[in-house]
Amino acid sequence: MLKARLILVLLFVVSFSLATYLQPVRAAREEAGGESGGVLALLLGDGRKMFANQFFAKADAYFHRGNYPSIFDNEPHHEENHMAGEAAHGEHAGEDHDEDEHKLAPAQDWIERFGRHFYPTEHVHLEAGGEREMLPWLRLSAELDPHRVATYTVTAYWLRSRLNKVNEAEAFLRDGLRANPNDPEILYELGRLFYESRQDPVRAKNLWLLARKRWQETEASKETPNKLLLEQILGGLAALEVQAGRPREAIPYLKELKAASPDPAEIQKRIDEILTGAVAPPAKSKE
Amino acid sequence: MNKILAVAGVVIKELYRRKDFYILFILTALMTLLLGSVNLFNDDRIVRYLKEICLLLIWLSTLIIAITTAARQIPFEREQRTIFPLLAKPIARWQVVLGKFAGCWLASGLALIVFYGFFALISASREHTLPAAHYFQALWLHWLMLGIVIALTLLGSVALTTPAANVTIVFILSVGILFVGEHLHKVAGRMSEPASTLVTLGYFLLPHLEFFDVRRLIIHDWPLIEWTYIGGATLYGLAYAAFFLLAACLVFRRKALN
Repeated sequence: MLKARLILVLLFVVSFSLATYLQPVRAAREEAGGESGGVLALLLGDGRKMFANQFFAKADAYFHRGNYPSIFDNEPHHEENHMAGEAAHGEHAGEDHDEDEHKLAPAQDWIERFGRHFYPTEHVHLEAGGEREMLPWLRLSAELDPHRVATYTVTAYWLRSRLNKVNEAEAFLRDGLRANPNDPEILYELGRLFYESRQDPVRAKNLWLLARKRWQETEASKETPNKLLLEQILGGLAALEVQAGRPREAIPYLKELKAASPDPAEIQKRIDEILTGAVAPPAKSKE
Repeated sequence: MNKILAVAGVVIKELYRRKDFYILFILTALMTLLLGSVNLFNDDRIVRYLKEICLLLIWLSTLIIAITTAARQIPFEREQRTIFPLLAKPIARWQVVLGKFAGCWLASGLALIVFYGFFALISASREHTLPAAHYFQALWLHWLMLGIVIALTLLGSVALTTPAANVTIVFILSVGILFVGEHLHKVAGRMSEPASTLVTLGYFLLPHLEFFDVRRLIIHDWPLIEWTYIGGATLYGLAYAAFFLLAACLVFRRKALN
């Protein structure tokens, strides 16, 4: 009887010890991950990052209305994701397009030639609000990999600039910030939203200053820092000052930009224009 | 012809007596409706993801219905020993095979009409248009593809020993052709001999089921396919179905039933 009781006590002690060990481990994992995980994380584990990339590419396939090369095609023209490229550079679809580059290679046999009548082969992009069709895949991509920053910035760009859904774009960017606290790219995109869509230069400036600070903390020390992002942040800050009628305050930003830019002579030209008083406030928004 | 239709009639009755179709249809409908109820950035005009998922489920469901229905026909008759009274009637073995094929194909056609009706309803509720000709082309090509698969399954059911092996092989083969069939020659180009020749041979011999998959055109609202190409695909599909049926008839003619 005593032996049985002792075994019971021993089991209780083992259970308690295990609980005190496992609970902090689990809490630490949840904290480090920044998320509880959800059903998708539970089902897919780290494989969800692979699926997230796949769904991001799927959104680009939708941008091309289903005309997208498979993994068996070794055509180089889809190396750049057009949907993401347009969001990053703000170019309108089709403006900067070499159509010959996107033509299909000649069919090798009658099967391939005949088969091409049963799937899309023309290179076109979604427009006139059709861009909304990409959104489900972008949302799913973000759900699967919340640390994929490009998903938030690209989605926000399409939401605010083409679909006029500024509130939704801001909410999505803030979701991105929660998953990636103080990420300079998301901060920059949020600043762009306030500058271009909400016409709120004060908040845009604060966000871009924070983005610059965060860029210096996180990117500057990297072997290949994202210089394009820094150029965009500094260019935005300089443009803000010029627009606010304080062109001389833009000079420090332009000097910093000159050091990072691949075309310093052009930046120097802009500095000289400000110094000689030849700069007028630019048009407020690109769109 | 009457004998073939009589056998086909029994197969069609079997489809609506069994629960497979109802379960797959309800699952497809439930999943589509569930996904359709998701709020995506407060935009209720987003529809293409829903069309894609609905069509994917339809393709999966009808492939399962067609293969499982066709695979159990002749083995089930042999197992239950009902094949003997059937063949004791004035009916030839090839007529039994053709009857089974016609029954499975027509039953799949009926299932397709229900599935595509649901699909049209879902997309019309969001898009407020009903491109009937597009849907007819998609349904017709889909039905032809199922014809090839059913004929291949019937051939498997008389050539292979168990229905389970037949179902597995035909399902993997069909899905494999749908995914990589059109790319086999590109894959062959990167291989060394003799694998390259074998894969190229497969490319030219296998039925290209992907001809019949026009989901991308339907999802992304592309214009109609020219009817001459639909005619070409029809001839292509019927030729392969006829080839597999002929092979099934030949194998079944010599098959010992006990």
